[in-house]
Formats: sequence, structure tokens, C-alpha cells
Amino acid sequence: MSTAQTAAVANALGYKDHSIGGFTFKRDEYFAHIFYPGGRHIMQIDAFLRALMRDVAWGFFYGTVNFDTVFGTVNHYGTVEMFIGLFNEAYRANNRHHVETFESKDLKKVFEEVLADWTNEGFDPFAAPDETGTVYGAKKGNNIKAITRQRLVADRMVGLPGDLGYRTDQDGFTVNRQFQDVPQDKPEIHAAQGFENEVHAFNFFEYVSRSDVTWNPSVVSCVKDSQFCATTEEHVLPITHGNDRVEWFIQATDEIIWDIDDRATGRPRAKVTMRAGDVAAMPANIRHRGYSPKRSILIVWENNDGGLPQRYASGELAPNPVDF
Amino acid sequence: MSNYRTVFGSLESYQKGGVEIIDDDPKNYAFSNCFEVASKSKPYEKVAVGKNLKYVIEAVRAEGDSPWFAAAHDEAALIMDGEVEIHFVKPDAPVVPDGKEGTVKLAGQPAGRDMGWVKAGRGHMALLPKGAAYQFRNPGKPGVLLVQTILGENTIERWADICQTKA
Ligand SMILES: [Fe+2]
Repeated sequence: MSTAQTAAVANALGYKDHSIGGFTFKRDEYFAHIFYPGGRHIMQIDAFLRALMRDVAWGFFYGTVNFDTVFGTVNHYGTVEMFIGLFNEAYRANNRHHVETFESKDLKKVFEEVLADWTNEGFDPFAAPDETGTVYGAKKGNNIKAITRQRLVADRMVGLPGDLGYRTDQDGFTVNRQFQDVPQDKPEIHAAQGFENEVHAFNFFEYVSRSDVTWNPSVVSCVKDSQFCATTEEHVLPITHGNDRVEWFIQATDEIIWDIDDRATGRPRAKVTMRAGDVAAMPANIRHRGYSPKRSILIVWENNDGGLPQRYASGELAPNPVDF
Repeated sequence: MSNYRTVFGSLESYQKGGVEIIDDDPKNYAFSNCFEVASKSKPYEKVAVGKNLKYVIEAVRAEGDSPWFAAAHDEAALIMDGEVEIHFVKPDAPVVPDGKEGTVKLAGQPAGRDMGWVKAGRGHMALLPKGAAYQFRNPGKPGVLLVQTILGENTIERWADICQTKA
């Protein structure tokens, strides 16, 4: 396992270099430069920071987080692989890929340092581009508050006593500018005495309309390992997700268009257009990236069973969820 | 004033998307629409629109009074269209064996304590708590529920009828 390092001195623009193992991350006004043994990869700084924010916030998420067609991470739940070209047909065929494994906590620490150092005042990597300031140029302040938001996970259901609370105006969670017409009414609850903890309902659409982040699923209801993860989507998913299991989408409002590519090679397989009420599976052998022209409500439905990655990887389970 | 209009779906009005194939089989995506499914269902049929091993999401047409149901685990209902009352009873004796999975249909309202009820509309989510018996009631125009639960004896799988099969 490798050690992390941050340069003692910042570059002329005010940004520090950050290293772990054979990887070194450098930023300039417009780009993130990822140096690795034998090469250098480059990404636009806004795309890089938005992807990095998701990877950190999700704790490396399920399976593969592709920042683009070359760079990304694979979660092994305790350790994580950081790679160049691992899921790129040409890199693999020509043996140009590079992979290193890290303790998750070590890589998380480096990623958090990069985010803190490179995110300027006024730029929120969780926000849609239209809602936030510029990321370009020389270092200017920071936005620690935005990048240290905690992922929200309900134990049973949002709003139950002792469980995840509601989003309210008082707490700064106002209705998003693109969801002003989402009804904010409350369900009627008539719980008999003694059953206040069980007779429960809440306005799910209202809760999601007040989310201040995009492309960041938060768990709202659980049935054992079945998790409904609600998220508001606007602009483009900053990563391309290659899950290590099947996940499902339920489009609750508006429209998202998904690019579906092969999980291993990146070769295009399909486009999936989802509108209000549509339900679709994402097989375990694809990667997906969504485009949401207007802010929309999406339910990402996950199976949190920790044994699944091995069962899909070994071929015991088919990548598609149902045969018919 | 906001110029944005949020598009919801309903039984009367939904615009289904779909899978455009480049190099794949559309069946891999099991693509359906819960309003379309409910528009072709009998009241309170529990039609799976999502299945992840033992877990399911069922699309349910809410029309009139449902049978009494119960489960040995939590379930959740998201109202996608219409309005529904959900009435809860704590049975005097367990009506579902511990560890049984999926929704169980009861012969009728079980003897027990009245737990209360909720009235929920579009976008609202209700807990169907483990060990409780519950009944949906909707005297008005038909609605649509999505139920987050586990595959059970009342789950209906008719994938070939509800999913996109052709490119
Ligand atoms: Fe995903």
C-alpha cells in the first residue's frame, strides 16, 4: 500500500500537488493533470472536481466510478483500485493501463485534500452549473461547507422518530428554483395513541424538491437491503457509473436520457430515455451516464447486499435482472 | 415567478420513453411504465415492475377498497397518482409467520387494535410497518402506487406483457 503526499509549496496559481502511490494530481487554471508511471491524463477541472466530489461523498460508491473513459476508481469495500485505462478497450489491448490498490481511507483522505485545495470560493461541485460560480483561474478561497456535506441515509424511512429528518426552509433547504411547482402539501396522519412511530407518511416529492445537490442519491426508505435512493438530477451525471450489481431507475418526474456503454470496454450499447413513471433496469455489465435537461426527480433503487459483487463477478448471477 | 414546469405522470397522461438499441437486447433493461401497467391492471393487483433478486417494486392500481394485507417486514408505498387512505390494524395474534417474505393477503380485517390511518396523495410515501395489517381505500378516481417490498405469493410477474421487447 502506498503513502500520500501533499506538496509543501503551492504552484504559482496557489494550488498544491497531491500524490499517492505512483499517482500525482496537479491543477492549473483549466485542467486537472493526472500523472502516473508511464503517462499523463488530463481532464477539464470542473468535470474532474464534480466527479471527485461524487466519488468522495459516496465512499467510492458501488463498483466503478469512471471520471471519463480513462480514469476512475473501483470499490472493493475496504480497499479501492485507482486506474488509468482499466475499462478502456484500446488501453487494455495495448497494455497501456495502470492500476494501483489503496486502503479506502487513505485514498479518501487524498481525494478530500484535493477537493479542499482545488475548490474555489463560490464553486459548488454538487450544484448544477447554472446554480454555481466559476471554478477556473487561480486559487481563490475555498468552499469547505459545500464539499463536506454528509451523505443522507435513512435507516427505515425519512421522517420517522429518530430517523433521518425532513428538509426545511429553517434549515436552509428551500425549494429548488426548478421545482417551484412541486406541491408542498402534507399527508394526513391519524395515528392512534401508541402507534405514532408506525403510522407514518411524508411528502417524498417535497423532500426531494428541497435537495440542494445534484446526482447524489440519498436513502429514503429501506426494506432490508432494498434501498430507495432519491436524487435530483440536472445537467449531466459527472461520472459514468459501472455498477457491480444490477440497479434500477424509477423516473418520478420529467426526463433523463441515459447513454449505456459496455462496462468493461466502453463500447456503446443503448440509449435509454426515461420519462415520468418509467422504470428500467441497469444490468450489471454496463456503465451508464445520464443527461437531465430540466431538474428531475429520480429514484435509484439499489440492492445493498454485500455478497452481490462476487456473485455477479463469478458469473453465478446473470447481468440482467429478469428473463422473459 | 418560475418558468419551469415539472412534468408528472398520471393514469390519463403519461409519455413513455424507451430503449434505443445500438448493440444490445432491449429485454436487458426490462423497460416499463408504472402508469401504463396500472392502466391495464385489475384493482390492487401487485405487478412487479422492478426485481432485484428477492426484492421487488410493484405497480398497483388503487381503486376502491383493497383486500387486507400484511407482511413480516416493512414495506413502503409511494403514491404516483391519485389519493389513497391506508388503514392500519395491529392484529391480536400474528397474521404472518416471522421471517416470511412478501405481502400476504388476509381473508378479511383481522381482530386487533385500530392503529389509525393516513391519507396520502401524489408524491407522498407511506410506511407499511412490519406486523401491521393494512387496507388501501380509494373511493375516488383510480390511482397508482409503487410498493417497495419483497417478492411474495401475491406478486404478479408478467414481464413479457409490460416490457419493451423490440428495438
Ligand atoms: Fe448508477
